[in-house]
Amino acid sequence: MIRETVRRFATEVVQPKVREMDEKEQMDPSIIQGLFEQGLMGIETPSEFGGSESSFTAAIIAIEELAKVDPSVSVMCDVHNTLVNTVLRSYGTEEQKAKWLPLLSSEKLGSFCLSEPASGSDAFALQTKAQKVGDDYVLNGTKMWITNSYEADVFLIFANIDPSKGYKGITCFIATKDMGIEIAKKEQKLGIRASSTCTLNFDGVKIPKENVIGGEGKGYKIAIEILNEGRIGIAAQMIGLAQGAFSLSVPYTYTRTQFGQPIGNFQGMAFQFAEAATEIEAARLLTYNAARRKDNGLPFVKEAAMAKWYSSQVAQSVTGKAIEWMGGLGFTRETGVEKFWRDSKIGAIYEGTSNIQLQTIARFIQKEHSQ
Amino acid sequence: MRPSPSRLLNILVPVKRAVDYAVKIRVNSSQTGVDLNVKHSMNPFDEIAVEEAIRLREKHSPSTISSIQAITIGPPKSIDTLRTALAMGADSAVHVELPESSSSSDAASSSSPEPLGVAKTLKAWIDKQQQKGEGGGGKPVDLVILGKQSIDDDLGQTGQMLAGLLGWGQATYASKIELDVEKKEAKVMREIDGGSEEVRVKLPMIVTTDLRLNEPRYASLPNIMKAKKKPVEKLKPSDLGVDLTPIMETLKVTEPPKRVGGGKVESVDELVEKLKEHGFTAV
Repeated sequence: MIRETVRRFATEVVQPKVREMDEKEQMDPSIIQGLFEQGLMGIETPSEFGGSESSFTAAIIAIEELAKVDPSVSVMCDVHNTLVNTVLRSYGTEEQKAKWLPLLSSEKLGSFCLSEPASGSDAFALQTKAQKVGDDYVLNGTKMWITNSYEADVFLIFANIDPSKGYKGITCFIATKDMGIEIAKKEQKLGIRASSTCTLNFDGVKIPKENVIGGEGKGYKIAIEILNEGRIGIAAQMIGLAQGAFSLSVPYTYTRTQFGQPIGNFQGMAFQFAEAATEIEAARLLTYNAARRKDNGLPFVKEAAMAKWYSSQVAQSVTGKAIEWMGGLGFTRETGVEKFWRDSKIGAIYEGTSNIQLQTIARFIQKEHSQ
Repeated sequence: MRPSPSRLLNILVPVKRAVDYAVKIRVNSSQTGVDLNVKHSMNPFDEIAVEEAIRLREKHSPSTISSIQAITIGPPKSIDTLRTALAMGADSAVHVELPESSSSSDAASSSSPEPLGVAKTLKAWIDKQQQKGEGGGGKPVDLVILGKQSIDDDLGQTGQMLAGLLGWGQATYASKIELDVEKKEAKVMREIDGGSEEVRVKLPMIVTTDLRLNEPRYASLPNIMKAKKKPVEKLKPSDLGVDLTPIMETLKVTEPPKRVGGGKVESVDELVEKLKEHGFTAV
């Protein structure tokens, strides 16, 4: 039922705005509001905090269905749920949960600020500093590539309170826009253009002590654990994206006739459809399996890395073919199929590059197979 | 505020699981019906009915309308349709369960129950609630809102038959409903061939919904989760003393003849000539 309801919302409310949002590189506020109204911004949040009290798998399904229509909207929902909400739910004190979760479920968009100009894959080489002043903290530094940040009100910021301790000084802070967070630059991107990606500056931003999440020096652990889950969310976005492109282009090939028959009838095309459909199904099963393992308390880090790596590959290859299946029409921006190809590229890059995923998987293999 | 001395209203919304409106229908191989191995969802006019019930409650304060109950007569899968109604805001649901059709080629059981059978079942349920009375845990029905027709058979009879069996007033093809709780009546704007007609009907009554009555809401995620806890009562037709054996038999279902290309004409005179040739004028 969740799948059906999100699918309807995506097709009826989001679909009409997709092209405009992509061309303007701007998320329509009514879409953000719609996500909140549908209860899609607090999917796992307990109902006592205004959430939908559903499972992680429900979130994965919602992210997948949204991506079939617009991967930009999907990633907004994904980051907000699997990164921001999850940090609060897993590491917040009861007071923090009671304060922040209801706002995040009903109206305030969240953002996850880890990467910096000089630290992406090497996340814990981050340089944003949080100087302790009395009981409070003063933040100075820059974050880069931050999703949702243009529209967000709530920011989870990872900063180091004691660089001499290396990564053990990294602490997670929660802040609001009005504490002085500046948007220095909004990126102009190849894909997911409606999703805002900005550089943020913190210049003497004061953070009260009650805004420390999980305790001083716990930021490293929080970030690693959260990103393992977030990975599955991105995998879901990629499989939805691939399916969206597939479902858009294949029916066209059964109506477009050349040489006296629908081009979809030619064996060369049909075999390509079969391979692509199988790859999407495989990626989907990897994703669902990782989600299932997580929901059941089983170790899932390796499976999450496999799902994210493979899904982003499949998304790239299937969307590329989808353009070709539509021929010249696929190359124009009119049908929306080329957008899926542009959107898919980020899959291999954010929330852990493909090389990082492979490294994660390889580490597990080594542990499992060496003496 | 003192509660009104008259009893609060109970609304019954019958809903049907039908082939989804977006599906491309194909006649089945035995030509006894259509291929039913396709996506099903709540009949769109029934969604409008559920939505109207919820809007009436929202408009008249929650304490005026005591209960919105969805009811369906269908196979086990129809439970999904009831869940949708609950997720939209109905309080409880009733599933009069029919057996799953034994084979997909069996037209009679795989197609939906007939309007007269459905109307009789609904009457039996309504009578049962009346007998039980409020004190006995029953929900005496004041208003039944149905879709004007279901999009699979387009029969459009159930609401009218139910009104006839119960001896209640009816307002079909409603495009607007105004409830007067104090006077226990409703003013309904009906869509008719000539335009619109306004009728005033005393409760208890039957209303069937037309397209322009409202635009149904999406069931939000929290409401879907809440719906899981709402009560669903399961019954068999025999529990209500109803026999749903079909009285109609579908002999054959075929596709309409393929459209043949038309011709183009150069002038109005030529058009009139062609029409005359094909016998389309009175002259």
